[in-house]
Amino acid sequence: MADSKRGGIRGNERVAGWLFVTPVVAVLGLFLVVPILMALWVSLTDWNGQGSPFRSGVPFAGLDNYTGLFTDDGLARQNFMTSIRNNAYYVAAVVPLQTLLALGLALVVNNRLLKGKGFFRTAFYFPSVTSSVAISVVFLFMFSNSGAINEILGFVGVNGPQWFADPRGVLHLALGAVGLVDVSAPPAALTDHGVLGLTWWDWSSGPSVAMCAIIALVVWTTSGTFMLMFLAALQNIPGQLDEAGLVDGATRWQRLRFITLPQLRPTMFLVLTLGLIGSWQVFDQIYVMSQGNPAKTTLTPAYLSYRTAFRDFDYGSGAAISFVLFLIIIVLTLLQRRALRERP
Amino acid sequence: MRYGRTVAVVAALLLTTTACGGGFDDEGGAAQQSSGPADLKVLIASSGDAETKAVTDAAAAWASASGNKATVTPAQDIVQQLGQAFAGSTPPDVFYVDAARFADYASVGALEPYADKVSNLDDFYPNLRQAFTYDGTVYCVPKDTSTLALEINTDLWQKAGLTDADVPTTWDQLTAVAQKIKAKGVVPLAIGDTRDRVGAFLVQNGGWWTSADGKQATADTPANEAALTYVQGLLKGGLAQYPKQLDTGWGGEAFGKGKAAMTIEGNWIKGAMKADFPTVKYTVHELPAGPTGTKGTLSFTQCWGIAAKSRYKDQAIKFVEAMTAADQQLAFATAFGVMPSRQSAQAQYTAKFPEDAPFIAGVAYGHGPVNAPKMDSVLADLDTGLQGLATGSPKAVLQRFDKNAKTALGG
Repeated sequence: MADSKRGGIRGNERVAGWLFVTPVVAVLGLFLVVPILMALWVSLTDWNGQGSPFRSGVPFAGLDNYTGLFTDDGLARQNFMTSIRNNAYYVAAVVPLQTLLALGLALVVNNRLLKGKGFFRTAFYFPSVTSSVAISVVFLFMFSNSGAINEILGFVGVNGPQWFADPRGVLHLALGAVGLVDVSAPPAALTDHGVLGLTWWDWSSGPSVAMCAIIALVVWTTSGTFMLMFLAALQNIPGQLDEAGLVDGATRWQRLRFITLPQLRPTMFLVLTLGLIGSWQVFDQIYVMSQGNPAKTTLTPAYLSYRTAFRDFDYGSGAAISFVLFLIIIVLTLLQRRALRERP
Repeated sequence: MRYGRTVAVVAALLLTTTACGGGFDDEGGAAQQSSGPADLKVLIASSGDAETKAVTDAAAAWASASGNKATVTPAQDIVQQLGQAFAGSTPPDVFYVDAARFADYASVGALEPYADKVSNLDDFYPNLRQAFTYDGTVYCVPKDTSTLALEINTDLWQKAGLTDADVPTTWDQLTAVAQKIKAKGVVPLAIGDTRDRVGAFLVQNGGWWTSADGKQATADTPANEAALTYVQGLLKGGLAQYPKQLDTGWGGEAFGKGKAAMTIEGNWIKGAMKADFPTVKYTVHELPAGPTGTKGTLSFTQCWGIAAKSRYKDQAIKFVEAMTAADQQLAFATAFGVMPSRQSAQAQYTAKFPEDAPFIAGVAYGHGPVNAPKMDSVLADLDTGLQGLATGSPKAVLQRFDKNAKTALGG
């Protein structure tokens, strides 16, 4: 857009440009922007799912569906806040773990001394190309009470939990194990007070044992994709930089920390952003494996939105949940962008 | 300049939105009725191939005899598919409606209240009719029914030194036999961790979650608390376990695998046992009665819903009438193991399936699901409470239900 004067020798290019992008604008508009605006409208109504939401008779609710999630003391707020808590713990576990694992795998595969690179690259990438539903079902078997995981734990003398039937939060368990609190009779200071419909004790539960199984699954399946991104970035780093470090007498760790990692910063941002967005939107694993059970500890906003709309016929509230989720993702992504900004 | 263009684009998109909205708008009033040969769309939530085939055959027979057309489609997820169809104003003409969801559909005006046009309406069991009553009007007729009963694994029963005379008929007896079975190292009872199983104990103690008209929450009563405390005692004492603890999906699976000596399931367990565990011998009995001698069980049912927006209501009613005739219900019973919803079919059914007597007996005193709209998330929350019953407080579970239900029922 450097040349914005009209009537110049290139004056017609702008029209031609718009003409060329029209198909994309039309397709994106029809299948992305218009549905979003329609959903936004639904989130402002009490539409009951009968007929079109754009009829005249549909009751307009204003912001009621949104305030119901934040200010009204009721089941809707409690479910929503529980789902936010679950998903926050989930993100806090999944994003760092999958990033570290992906980076580790990429460094291994990028090692010049490694034989059979192609094999390992394929093996590590394999979980990412398999259907998430199929993998979820396999994990259900592995984590069943007498499944592979508990058998292995049994060999080393650990009595494994009933994974998908266990709603206890791991932070609570850890606190109980070191003797800070009694899990069966939690301190009244925490259970008697709270914010946004949940007590402090509920907020501080950590991911439940069942959620941990899902976290393991997701870390395992997604790290392959992110490994490929790290690998591509690693192969773009000129070998001379590493050699220069070697000549200067830097240790292996110093070369990784001060030469390789700074070069990976853009990729790191990409991986963290995609990871953050993807893990806030977790749905299919929940839908297949737990449906929010046990005791709502695997309820996530995306699944709650689906359930509220299609099970309770409360389409307005369901749409409102998904817009709040959208805002959460935007805000967190902006914060992360600020945190990872290149500093002069 | 650039800003102005953005505004123009957004305005264009908004225009498209409204245009779209107009696209699937509807006239809003009563649907235009068509007489003459109808093309009925029938959506069913089929339990399996046997049911799909039986209903398809029956529909084809009706269609050719009456000169109409009827297309039967088995649904993958009928709640979601119906939700989408209602939103698009193109619902199927006839479809299954589960009693647990009935009030949701009736309250938004999706269902045609046609039941009074069906011949001999009083022949349907009164508690089944009650399950499909909203605001005093019976909307649709039940297609069949199922009830819960107590199943006992013969081998494990004998292994614990128990005989036919020991079959429990009261809560105390149930506790007593469970302790004997547990002493042999067998899990006595597998019971589903939802209101659809635990709720039976409330009925046996003369209580229920809501008032009879479904307008008030009545969970927090001494009777209900006593019932839940009894169940909690079973769970705490290791006398009963939830299927998940036994590494199974439902009570029938735990029972069939021999992981529990008894279970509380409905008559669908017959088909499952025949298909998956054909060698396991078991007997069926009525559920034990509560302390006051009240017999109680839960009944489950679906009705043939007719869409308020159907264009062929008269033909649809005739179709439903044909599907719920006594002999047709017996044919369905034979094909896929459900029990007839008409009292006039009961004698023939009992003669044909004498081993089902405990299930049939339960139809008379069975309690239908909670019949009120907007309760799905409240009931799901109740199930969460019941899952944690072993360590939780029964009173807290009941109070929490009352509080949530009051908001949902608006009372």
